[in-house]
Amino acid sequence: MTQQQSYNGYQEQEPPLSAAPSQAAESAEMVLVEQAVKRFGDLLVLNNVSMTVKRGQVVVIIGPSGSGKTTLLRCINHLEKIDSGRIYVDGQLVGYRLVKGRLVEAQEAEIAKMRAQIGFVFQRFNLFAHMTALENVIEAPIHVLGMPRGEAVAQAMELLRKVGLEEKAHVYPHKLSGGQQQRVAIARALAMRPKLMLFDEATSALDPELVGEVLKVMRQLAEEGMTMVVVTHEMGFARDVADHVIFMDHGVIVEEGPPEQIFDDPQSERTRNFLGLIATD
Amino acid sequence: MFDWDAVWKFILSPFFLQAAWTTLWLSVVAQLAGVILGLFLALMRMSRFKWLSFPVQVYVWFFRGSPLLVQVLLLWDGLPKLVPGLLFSQITCILIAFSLNEAAYMSEIIRAGISSVDPGQMEAARALGMRYWLAMRRIILPQAARVIIPPLGNEFNNMLKTTSIASVIGLEELTGTAEILGAPTFSIFELLIVATVYYLLLTTLWDYFQRWIERRLDPEYAAKGGRPGRRPGQKSWAQRVLGFGNPPLESGELIAGGHGGAR
Repeated sequence: MTQQQSYNGYQEQEPPLSAAPSQAAESAEMVLVEQAVKRFGDLLVLNNVSMTVKRGQVVVIIGPSGSGKTTLLRCINHLEKIDSGRIYVDGQLVGYRLVKGRLVEAQEAEIAKMRAQIGFVFQRFNLFAHMTALENVIEAPIHVLGMPRGEAVAQAMELLRKVGLEEKAHVYPHKLSGGQQQRVAIARALAMRPKLMLFDEATSALDPELVGEVLKVMRQLAEEGMTMVVVTHEMGFARDVADHVIFMDHGVIVEEGPPEQIFDDPQSERTRNFLGLIATD
Repeated sequence: MFDWDAVWKFILSPFFLQAAWTTLWLSVVAQLAGVILGLFLALMRMSRFKWLSFPVQVYVWFFRGSPLLVQVLLLWDGLPKLVPGLLFSQITCILIAFSLNEAAYMSEIIRAGISSVDPGQMEAARALGMRYWLAMRRIILPQAARVIIPPLGNEFNNMLKTTSIASVIGLEELTGTAEILGAPTFSIFELLIVATVYYLLLTTLWDYFQRWIERRLDPEYAAKGGRPGRRPGQKSWAQRVLGFGNPPLESGELIAGGHGGAR
């Protein structure tokens, strides 16, 4: 394996403005991944991956397809189970409980409760097809958080306005463009008032002309101080918005650091190759 | 000779009205029980745990692989021999056999319905902190219903006619009534005609009802001008009562499992 950058190079971030200010007193690390290992059969998808995301930080993970970046993201909210290692979100062990020094898979209710605090945006949007945009956004606040309907609707309209889709509130997903669907999906995730947002190639399924509108919303969110982990192929976004960039290949973190370093002065041959391929794309 | 008078005499007689009612409620209760039990069987069958899914496979194999008539007789004649003293009434016996049998068929139909829903829907629901049952109830089943309801209608049509099997253990539904009333006067043929008229009446009415439900489940119904004056956003009957009804299946969506960004 090539060198891994030490975590000391992190820039200190200002505390977030909008994202769960009440928890500012808790651990500075929003996400802590320790030696995560994940196998799909014989394939080692995550090979001893460790990473940290500080509160308010935007971490962008880049790398070729099959490098394990999406799997890593999915492990953070336990959509995928790691085979060994540990993942903490906001100081809490993800998906497992420590019982007498041994890891035991957590109860469904505990996992659900933890997921409710983490927003996840899918490559394929996954809007609920039988619900309008508004119904998509109010569904989980009402049925998971127990929010009164009136409050949920008011909040949803505010979020839809924020992503520029107020007038599409009563439209069903199949009548929306991909970019609009993804913005509704972001509003749906934000409606849970998450302390962390995970983006899994949120723009990869979009027609090129629709990518910008989604990136704009993500950029806005980053500016508001949301803690974000973003898996993307959008190098421009990574360079502009990321506080920290991680380059993964073959299930390991090959190189990480501030965007200027990764993009302008990559230390590893593999990073250089990858970025070279992207540039000549 | 065929005795038309016997037909006219019995067609509106209380005996046959009562019999038609028995046929109808037997069918409704057995179908309902079959749907509910079938839902649980389908969910067990789809479990990743072998100890949950395997018994269902055996169950479906047995109930689909042997005749319903034999299952009824096993329960009626066989069970009291196996467990002395355990004797169900005819109605109970029929309801149990029919429900268990129907559940086997419904479990496969419901499984197909649930499988037709994009797995991403469940994933999105879980990612929002929904638990399995909540996600099933609010997200998966309403979408699966669009696929489940047409074959469910056919199952009920079948059920209305299959209840005739209950006559073999002497239950007085339509077929049983025709046989019992017809035997002393040698007019079984005429009374079977009466029973047939009732069966046709019930299945035809159901047919209309089923088509009405399916039309209501089609969200383009209003757009096609089916109901003038429904405001945008106003919910159809099916949406209000059943909690679902939108959106339409795009052509090929079921088979292809969706088509990327356009969905």
